[in-house]
Amino acid sequence: MGADRPVGPGKTLLRLRTYARPHAARLLVLLFSAAAAQALQIVGPLLTQRLIDGPVRHRTTDGLWVLAGLALLAALLIQVSDYIGRRAHATGSVGIETALRTDLYGHMQRLSLSFHERWQSGQLLSRATSDLRAVGSFLAFGSVFIVLQTVTYLGVSIVLISIYWPLGLLVTAGVLPVMVLTYGLSRSYLPLSRRLQDEVGDLTSLVEESVLGFRTIRAFGRHRYLNEKFAEAAGQVKRTGLAQGMVIARYWPAIEAVPGFLLGATLLGGAHAVANGAMTVGELVAFVGLLTFAIWPLDSLGWLLGEAQQAATAAQRVYEILDAEPGIVDRTPTEQLDVRGHLRFEDVSFRYPTEKDPVLQHVDLDVRPGETLALAGVSGSGKTTLTLLVDRLHDVSGGRITLDGVDIRDLPLETLRTHVSAAFEDPTLFSASVRENITLGRPDATDEEVAAALRIAQAEFAYDLPWGLDTRIGEKGLSLSGGQRQRLALARAVVGRPRVLVLDDPLSALDVETEALVEKALRTVLTGTTALLVVHRPSTVVLADRVALLDGGTIAAVGTHEELLATVPAYRNVLDATPQEVPR
Amino acid sequence: MTTTDWHGVAAEEIDDVPDDAGLRLRRRSRKLLGSLVRPYRRSIGVASLLLIVQNVSGLAGPYLISVGIDAGLPPLIDRGDSSVIVTVAAALVVATVVESLSRHVYLRFSARITNGILFDLRRRAFAHLQRLSPAFHERYTSGRVISRLTSDVDSLADMLDGSLDDLVIQSLNVLVIGVVLLVLDWRMGLLALLAFPFLWLIIRWFRKESGPAYRRTREAVASVIVHIVETLGGIRAVQAFRREPRNNVLFGRLAGDLAAADAKVLRLMAVFVPGVFGVSTGATAVILAAGGWLAVHGQLQVGVLAAILLYVRRFFDPMMQLSMFYNSLQSATAALEKISGVLEEEPDVAPPARPVPLPVRAGRGRSIALENVTFGYREGRTILPELDLTIPAGQTVALLGATGAGKTTIARLIGRFYDPLAGHVRLDGVDLTDVDEDALRAAIVTVTQENFLFGGTVAENIVFGRPGASPAQVEAAAVQVGADRMIRELPLGFATPVGQRGSRLSAGQRQLVAFSRAVLADPDVLILDEATSSLDIPSERAVQRALRTLLADRTAVIIAHRLSTVEIADRVLVLDAGRIVEDGPPAELLATGGRYAALRELSGR
Repeated sequence: MGADRPVGPGKTLLRLRTYARPHAARLLVLLFSAAAAQALQIVGPLLTQRLIDGPVRHRTTDGLWVLAGLALLAALLIQVSDYIGRRAHATGSVGIETALRTDLYGHMQRLSLSFHERWQSGQLLSRATSDLRAVGSFLAFGSVFIVLQTVTYLGVSIVLISIYWPLGLLVTAGVLPVMVLTYGLSRSYLPLSRRLQDEVGDLTSLVEESVLGFRTIRAFGRHRYLNEKFAEAAGQVKRTGLAQGMVIARYWPAIEAVPGFLLGATLLGGAHAVANGAMTVGELVAFVGLLTFAIWPLDSLGWLLGEAQQAATAAQRVYEILDAEPGIVDRTPTEQLDVRGHLRFEDVSFRYPTEKDPVLQHVDLDVRPGETLALAGVSGSGKTTLTLLVDRLHDVSGGRITLDGVDIRDLPLETLRTHVSAAFEDPTLFSASVRENITLGRPDATDEEVAAALRIAQAEFAYDLPWGLDTRIGEKGLSLSGGQRQRLALARAVVGRPRVLVLDDPLSALDVETEALVEKALRTVLTGTTALLVVHRPSTVVLADRVALLDGGTIAAVGTHEELLATVPAYRNVLDATPQEVPR
Repeated sequence: MTTTDWHGVAAEEIDDVPDDAGLRLRRRSRKLLGSLVRPYRRSIGVASLLLIVQNVSGLAGPYLISVGIDAGLPPLIDRGDSSVIVTVAAALVVATVVESLSRHVYLRFSARITNGILFDLRRRAFAHLQRLSPAFHERYTSGRVISRLTSDVDSLADMLDGSLDDLVIQSLNVLVIGVVLLVLDWRMGLLALLAFPFLWLIIRWFRKESGPAYRRTREAVASVIVHIVETLGGIRAVQAFRREPRNNVLFGRLAGDLAAADAKVLRLMAVFVPGVFGVSTGATAVILAAGGWLAVHGQLQVGVLAAILLYVRRFFDPMMQLSMFYNSLQSATAALEKISGVLEEEPDVAPPARPVPLPVRAGRGRSIALENVTFGYREGRTILPELDLTIPAGQTVALLGATGAGKTTIARLIGRFYDPLAGHVRLDGVDLTDVDEDALRAAIVTVTQENFLFGGTVAENIVFGRPGASPAQVEAAAVQVGADRMIRELPLGFATPVGQRGSRLSAGQRQLVAFSRAVLADPDVLILDEATSSLDIPSERAVQRALRTLLADRTAVIIAHRLSTVEIADRVLVLDAGRIVEDGPPAELLATGGRYAALRELSGR
């Protein structure tokens, strides 16, 4: 899985500046306070030098207390600036991460169904959690410290050069081997970092799948198989993590050795300089003291670059989602429409983006306002796909669908989905109250409308739940039976009397008695509503005015149930009402 | 809240727990950490030795410099003799090389330990989740389970990655430098040690404050994950019903909670870290003044003072590192509290301590007996009151009844997804609670209306029924239930990817695949709970035809709303409120006229 045009990790990091910009002031505060703290720390060795060259050498307490007082003041100021910097960082990093997270979530919701069918949700999840964390913390912390360490290093170098330039230059040149080493580090580390993140994403997917498919795993007693599969994936993560660790073990010690060599050279050169009178002893002590401040920026460069690289590859992963086109969006300009409910399919074809063969071809259908058209056909003939097109959960690949003469792609999505209401084969309920679940598409529905919908769907059991319609259902709430869920999903579809109803086998999980009651109630709704109804059973077909028989993605026949029964043998095979005696 | 509530999951949802409970959670989490670390104690020992080598050679630096200045400079200045200073510089280079090499080896060890521990934790938690019963999964929600296994484990990774070496090396640093300082000049050493009581106070404050804060972070992350999982799982409905704006509001709130929890932690750190820092730099300033005073009065050599000031810096530097380590330890502790809570959960449906083997199968499936079984999911709501039911081997039984009559519950008890509150469920006379898990799952397979498909191909999903089955066997199973025609019409036949959770297939197609999977498993007892509800009529007919041969030498329990499926049953049970109200062969029940007969009437319209 990757973007069409892979953008370099460095460039990806730069793209994030739009998220950093609102926090620019805070990041500047962080930078300045960190720089101040750093500078104040350098004051320490300078004070030491003064102390040794002044009071100590002259054997006098004059100025001793002033110097000590200054050192204490510096200590206090460091603390204050560190505190200020950390406060700024707290708000900044959290702000950036949260903004990215809400944007990513919002975008994922907009991405089309075909995207979600293709992408494992575990991968999406890991991007919205662990990758964002890496990005957020780097933006608000690592990036600032890379700047700060560079500045510190330059600053210390200047001071060192001003104390004794030959040694100062030598120390400054120490950055060269460090740069060579970090370049080597990046080359091995970057691909591993990306691979590890991808593998963690896969692991997340596996966890999610095994949690959601728990009952199936249990039913077949396949926990051992799943454990093995998980151990394999976790082992892959382990191996990549280990490889990453080995790269670090190769480069970090080398990078960290550079300052040690610099220290040795400084001692040797400094001693000679002192012998030649080019430096005082105090200057040498201060020089060595200051050098330790240059060590930390050098040392930490390897680590900081590691963070930067992790953030860069994580950002790539995040942008792969953010860059994905939602596909199904409002066209401009959109048309407004007073919907009557005349639904037409004109030479419609549909093909999944990843597949070669079309699922639907040359579908022509005309559903007049108020008419109910049933879709029949064997499994895999394209019925469900057809229903997904009306709501624009998928867009047609060819031809067009019109509502009252207007191509549905020219209608605002909001309008289209307000007027077209659907119940899918899998009744999805959210962790929310019954009322909220029913009024999902119509938050303004009145209590009467909700009551009417519940009555039609024979879902009045909802009133008897522990807290009535306020009872929380869904995964985080009360669990309901399949039939109950399906009835609530049906209530959700019919609430507020939509102009167009799309029902995919809406009664499959109901027992015979309930089914009969729902059918009766549904009939009253369907008389005034344009409806597309996927049917598997003769009992449901009677709700329809006409039936279209789908076969291999094309419309094989259209007519009334009786006509088709009489004239189309294929139809008889699919929907014969007379209970056939199964041959013994 | 009583003290006994602090077991397992119940305690997890509270972030600000009373002291004793917090202590208990912390102990539980430390215990888990201890058990994770234990297998690596030898490696950790070696790594610690390497750290000591690395540390000692690192510490040689300031000492060598003080030697260089005090012993090397005078001969150089006085006589131009550079031998001492060259030797010292060479020693510095050697020390650097040794430090570097030991660090290299140490890092390799550390990578092995860290990744090993994470792997063990992941595997352990995952395996435990597989063992836990459906009741746990229903209560806990999938999103939270996922967050335990992902983001909480990440928290531990953060700690192990950055900080385990900090702990060893820096504590060692503090110890060694403390001694060195005392040896160099005991007065200075004592001054440095004076900082400790202040540090202790700060740490104590931070621990008290950050514990609840980190617990809150863990819960907030879990809520965010739960919401994302739910949205992605129901994306069709989200888009069709325009729930996006409302979801954005809800998610904004959750992300805001997470942000607030994170910010709280960071603000605590904003006080904690500079606090530690302030104590350190303050102490350094005091030592500078005192050392200067002593040097002025000739009681301290200049070189020693320079060395002391360098050491003091290295004495307090680790405090910073240690405070960062302490912080990630707090974060990891909160995460491990959550994970250990899950690990502490015992499966309600526990595997037997001493499994009783099932008798050798006689030929026609196995018999099932429910004796005096009482069951309910929630307290005070009994679904099955003292039910008695015997199903002889080889019989096919259909369960009928309205929603809530207890059909699915019976199926779940026979499949041992739950254990009865009272009474026994027996398979060939053996109580299910005494049957080994593997033997049980090989004997009884349940196909539900959920028919969950895993990502992967159609064939992979079918082979799930019997891992190791050949492609020919997979195809044969599909042929047997009449699913082969549908599968072959898919773009890549058996190799067609079914998409995430089977989203590429329709409900009917998924049911056919799930059915093939069950047939491949070839169990003695087959339970079908609404397994054919979404099939079209031709498929259903094919399945029914297949069932006749399939069930001939098996015991079967069928729950179906479609009476056509019921026809193949030898016996029909009509349930009402957990009681059997009609029982007999379908033809007989039809003749006597009752609920079943009425239902037939209704569906035959």
